[in-house]
Order: sequence, then C-alpha cells, then structure tokens
Amino acid sequence: MKKLLTGNEAVALGAYEAGVHFAAAYPGTPSTEILENIANYEEIISEWSPNEKVAFEAALGASIAGARSLAAMKHVGLNVAADPLFTTGYTGINGGMVVVVADDPGLHSSQNEQDNRYYAKHAKIAMVEPSNSQEAKDMVKAALEISENFDTLVMMRMTTRVCHSKSLVEVGERKEVPLKPYVKDLSKYYVAPAVAKQLHVKVEERLKKLEDFSNETDLNYIEWNDKKIGVISSGVAYEYAKEVFGDNASYLKLGFTHPLPSKKIKEFAQQVQSLYIVEELEPYIEEHVRALGIDCIGKDKIPNIWELNPEIVARSLLEETAPTIEYDKSQVVNRPPTLCAGCPHRGFFYGLKKRKNVMITGDIGCYTLGGADPLRAMDTTICMGASISLGHGAKKVFDKYNKDMKVVSVIGDSTFFHTGINSLIDVVYNKSNTITCILDNRVTGMTGHQDHPGTGYTLTGEETEMISIPDLVKAIGIKHVRTVNPLKLNELNEAFDWAFNLDEPVVIISKYPCVLKKWSQYDKEEFEPLEGKCEVDVEKCIGCRMCVNTGCPAIYFIKEDRKVKIDPVQCVGCELCMQVCPTKAIDKVGE
Amino acid sequence: MDTRSILLVGVGGQGTILAGKILSAGLVEAGYDVKVSEIHGMSQRGGSVSTQIRFGKKVHSPVVGRGQADILVAFETMEALRYLEFLKPEGKVVVNNYQIPSAPILMGKAHYPQGIMETLKEKANTSVIEAAEIAQELGNMKVMNMVLLGALVKAMNLTDIDWEKVITASVREEFVDINIKAFNRGMEEFVLAEA
Repeated sequence: MKKLLTGNEAVALGAYEAGVHFAAAYPGTPSTEILENIANYEEIISEWSPNEKVAFEAALGASIAGARSLAAMKHVGLNVAADPLFTTGYTGINGGMVVVVADDPGLHSSQNEQDNRYYAKHAKIAMVEPSNSQEAKDMVKAALEISENFDTLVMMRMTTRVCHSKSLVEVGERKEVPLKPYVKDLSKYYVAPAVAKQLHVKVEERLKKLEDFSNETDLNYIEWNDKKIGVISSGVAYEYAKEVFGDNASYLKLGFTHPLPSKKIKEFAQQVQSLYIVEELEPYIEEHVRALGIDCIGKDKIPNIWELNPEIVARSLLEETAPTIEYDKSQVVNRPPTLCAGCPHRGFFYGLKKRKNVMITGDIGCYTLGGADPLRAMDTTICMGASISLGHGAKKVFDKYNKDMKVVSVIGDSTFFHTGINSLIDVVYNKSNTITCILDNRVTGMTGHQDHPGTGYTLTGEETEMISIPDLVKAIGIKHVRTVNPLKLNELNEAFDWAFNLDEPVVIISKYPCVLKKWSQYDKEEFEPLEGKCEVDVEKCIGCRMCVNTGCPAIYFIKEDRKVKIDPVQCVGCELCMQVCPTKAIDKVGE
Repeated sequence: MDTRSILLVGVGGQGTILAGKILSAGLVEAGYDVKVSEIHGMSQRGGSVSTQIRFGKKVHSPVVGRGQADILVAFETMEALRYLEFLKPEGKVVVNNYQIPSAPILMGKAHYPQGIMETLKEKANTSVIEAAEIAQELGNMKVMNMVLLGALVKAMNLTDIDWEKVITASVREEFVDINIKAFNRGMEEFVLAEA
C-alpha cells in the first residue's frame, strides 16, 4: 500500500519498520514531526529530551546497550550535540545508530543557513541524504545496516523541502531486530587519551572501507541518458535537476554522501562532456570533485545562499528564464509573523519596552517576535540559551566600566530547560546582577506545542514529575524570585520596579499558557481562562493608538476616521488593550 | 500528461493545509503521482503561507519557482498579488474576495493596496470567488477553504474524482455535510465567476 507522507513521517515509518528500539529528540523546525510520529509506535521507546546533546547521548547509550537507536534534531541542534557527535565518530556503536539532522535552506524558521554535510566529514562518520519521502524511509533502514556493518554512526541529512514535502511511500511491516548483547569494552567506549589514540587509527581504516562501500552501493547510482551534460547531485537538489534536464542529461545520483565515491565520480566525469554539480547551500560535493582534479560547473553559477528550486537551477545553468507576469509588486505590503491575539508574551514586552537604559537579550522561540515592530523590546537573539549568558557578559562590562545599564535576559520555559539553566548558574556563580525573565507559557510554543520537563507530561502523554522553575532557580542560588501574570500589567510593572531596584540576580517568571495551547489538567487547576471579547466604544476612542502599539493582530486602526476597531473573530478577551487605553474606551462584552 | 503545478497561498490559520491535504488525497486516489510542499514553523504565526501541489505521471520537484505554476489560488486577496510572479503568463488565478490586513496595515503604517482585483484581471485569467460570503451563508467561516477548493477543482477540470468521498474521509463527521456543501458551492461559483 502506498501513502502520501512527509519526509519526517517517512523517517518515523522507516524507524518503525527497521526495528528501531529507542528514539529521542528536542523539537526544532523542520525536524519536529519525526519524533511526534515515532511516538505513535509503542514498540519504540520515544522521548523528548531537554536538548539535542542529551537526545544524542541518550540514543548513544541505547545503542551501546545493544539497541537500534535514532536521534533527531534541526541543523543548529547538531551544534549543541557536536561534542558527543565527534567522539562517537571514534567509538562507533553497538546497535545501529542514526542521527537525523534537518537543515533549513532559505531560513524558513532558523537563525542561520549552515550546511551540516560538513559535520559528517569533520566527525568522520557515514552520511546518507534522501531526496524524497520513499528514500527517507528506505535510508533509515540502510543507515542502520551501514551503521552495524561498519561500526559507525550514520548521519541522515535532510532539508526543509525533504522534511515537509509529501510524496508517495510504500508502507511495509516492522521487522523485529534482537538487541545486540551488551559487552563492557574499555578499548571502545572508555575514551581516555590512550584509548582514543588507538581509536583514531581505527577511524581512518573505517573511512577507507566506507569509501569502498560508497563506490559500490546502489545508494550512489548512475542514470545514463544523453552524455553531453552530466549532473552530480544529492538531496532535493537532485529532484530539481531532474525537473530541469529530464532525459537530456545523465546523472550521478548520490544518496551516500560521506565518504564520497571518488572512483564512481571519476568514471562518470570521464564519459560526459560538461559536468554540472547541482547542490543546495555549500559546494560540499563540488570541492571534492575539484580536489580530484575534475573540472565542473557548480557554485560559480548556482547561488550558495537561500534554497533552490527548478526555476533557479534552470536560470543559473541554462540561462533560461521562465516568462512571468510583469506587475508592480511594490504595493504589496509585508506580512511578517506576529504574536497571536491574546499571546501572554505581548503584555510582558509591552511592559518591558517602557524601561530606559536597558539592554534586552533575547532567545529562540515565539517570544523572539517581541523584538519585531511595534514592540521592538529586544536587542539580541543568537542561539538557544544565549539570552542569559550573553546578558551576563554584557552586564559585567557595563558595571566594570561604570555604564548605567541594566540587563534583562528573556527566555522561554522550554529554552530555559534546554540550555538556559547552565547560563543562569553562570550568573549566580560569577555574581552578576542581571534580571532573568522566564516566559513560561507552559509548552514549547513555536514548534507546535510539544511537552517539556516543566509541563508534567512526556512525549507519549504519560504523566511525569513537573519540574518547578521557581524551585529550580532557588536551588541554583537565586534569592529573588517572583512569578507574575503577564496579562495583568500592574502586577508586571510592579515586579519590574522591584527587580530594577535590586543589586543581586533576579528571576521573574511570567506565567500564563500559550493562547493556542490545549490546556492540561494542571493548567485548568492553576489558571483562570479568558472569556468574552474586547469592544471599542467609538465615542470614547480618541485615536491615540496606544492599543495599536501593543501589536495585537485583532486591533485595527482605521486611518480615515482615526478610530480603532477590534476584530471579534480574533479577539480572545485578554484585556491588554483595555489596560493601556487612556480613555477607558474599551469594554468587555459577552463574559 | 505533463506535470501540473498548483499554488495555494493565504495567511496562517486560513486552512490552506487542510485544502491541500484533501486535494492531494483525491489526486492520489485518481492514480496520479503527487508531491506536496508546505512550510511550517515561524511563518505560521499570522504570516504569509503557501502550499504547493504538483501532480502528473511522474513528479520530481515538490516545488516550483517563478513563472512555473499553472494555477494560483489565493485565500486572501493581497496574497494573490504577492505570489502572482509564480504563475505562468497563461495560468489561472482563483482569488478569494477576502482581505486580512497585515501588521503594518493594522498599525496604520501602510494602506491595504487598492485595485488588486483590477490588476489581477488585467494581468491574468482571473476568477474572483466570494468565499467569505458563501461560508457565512452556510454558517461557518472556516469552510471558506472548501469553497476555494471547489472552485480550484472546477478550474483545473478535476471533477471526475469522487471528492465527496475524499472530504468525508478527511474531516470530522459532524463537519462533513457543511464541507461538502461549501465545496459544491465553490464549483458553482467558479462557473459564475468565469462567465
């Protein structure tokens, strides 16, 4: 039976069919749905981890214990997991292990556009790259077999258009794979320097064997057509090349991309007149081809920024531009993402932006939008967890050089558990006096509502210990901790006054569930739900736009009559606009 | 047959993903090779969203670029103009007469562009669909997406597929009737709009 599946769903199905026993991940677009789908199979132990390093290490532990295991993460997540990644390159595995990484060419939902294929080369591990959902499923199985046959970790490199595109996949059955026996082996898993020294020798031997495999495997195959043009490609870029050249070119399709098949590449290159390398982002394949002394056309024509599509490939290589409709596009107004109507982060940033002489260090999540118009209450966003540690460094400098600057670090609940904890320990240990605000909306919001160590539920919906953020930060050594409801501006402003007057590190927990969250039992017990809608009394409205400046998408300023209107479909009755209105022109209806 | 490319555009939360899901399920049922591409994550927070559906005998790329779509279905009026450059010059536009002001417009920093429908009609084979009006008549604004799906199916001449069966399998039982009604009204509306 064939089913239309996304690449992520196909990876989950592949893990199921290939007998995977253990899988872990931290959610991150475009990789999130891999574990969400694996969690549907009760045969597989599946978990959300607090961060990618933990997910990777848990999967490695499962592998050493003898299980087939999988860890999944977005591209920047692999930076967090890079430490165990490199050493696993040395130790190898016991049960087959695959790490699935999802790059985001085009930065649809990311802070950079790094090409993770270089990680496979750098960590000296094997790599596979699927082009579509069927390959994504098949390659999970292939990767686990390669992993076990060569005693290596295998990285599966996906990209947004492989993860989030659907194509037809043949559905099969699960084949149970027995656990491998666990054997204590100090010469393999105990990487003291003397052991690691010997392991490095093995790694180089293994790479040679993997290169032989790369030249032989059907994952790297040639399709002979017309030989005037030869195309070497991998991943979704291969599909773009097929779309552009069809049967008018021959292809060396690479599914196993580390180590690259030098012999096969040479054979192919010798038989074609012009050689094109079609790849998204960096010239990973091209650099190898050129190092073999083969001339080719690649990144001199195809851009290495943003994602590709068939039109870009055709335009770059064939100088063929598809005719388009000419029109004035300048009148189209931007439609940037915004905090939702009723989002608890809005009140928080609205309160914070009034403060003067303050550096606001932000983090990764929906609340990153607090830096956008009209709130603009954020100075930096770098990576997961950086808000607190970056703020600490800045504050140390401001204080030493007598700059009158406060530092407020803003981080979400899930991000705090991810890597914020370490940074907060730094604040305490090195005696900083920053104000850390943990925006606890009771869920991992931006990636689509995943549970985390603070929600009280696991990935599979089981109840678990709910880690208390106030208790945790107090245990670290924070003496000043206050929890506020960000929908109550007075409460929030009072907490800011209190925090700005303290000379020791402070934590403010801004706590109310994400407006899109389906409330858990705990949420129902703890929070008052929002009711009714806000409505403008046009007689009282003076058109001052104070409410508009909260950035609520339900509030519409009508230029012609200088009045404000609230869309009753979008409004959820959070009352933030009522609190900022100087003429009390907004009332609550339908409570 | 050659591969055909459909571009559904709108604003996060308008139901483009469900419409794409039903459309692709019907096309698979009809025996086509199908690929669908969607964008998740940050852009869904009230941002501009797009779903691409490509079908034919054998489909390679899940996405198309500028000047390559056969039909553009805009769930929101201004989004039609944003993505018009993706349409083939001989392609069709199905546009919902429904405006959602974006953040700069809400804040009074920009005006919602005027005369979009005129521009679209002047530049391309355009059918304006009153999906909001129809959905309101049917009693649920959320079925706007099914009205537009119906119009799309008619515009692409895909009426041989048993869409009622696909819709029945794709939505919750209590919403089947209203979704089918909306879909049928969308097909009728397209005929009227074209004439």
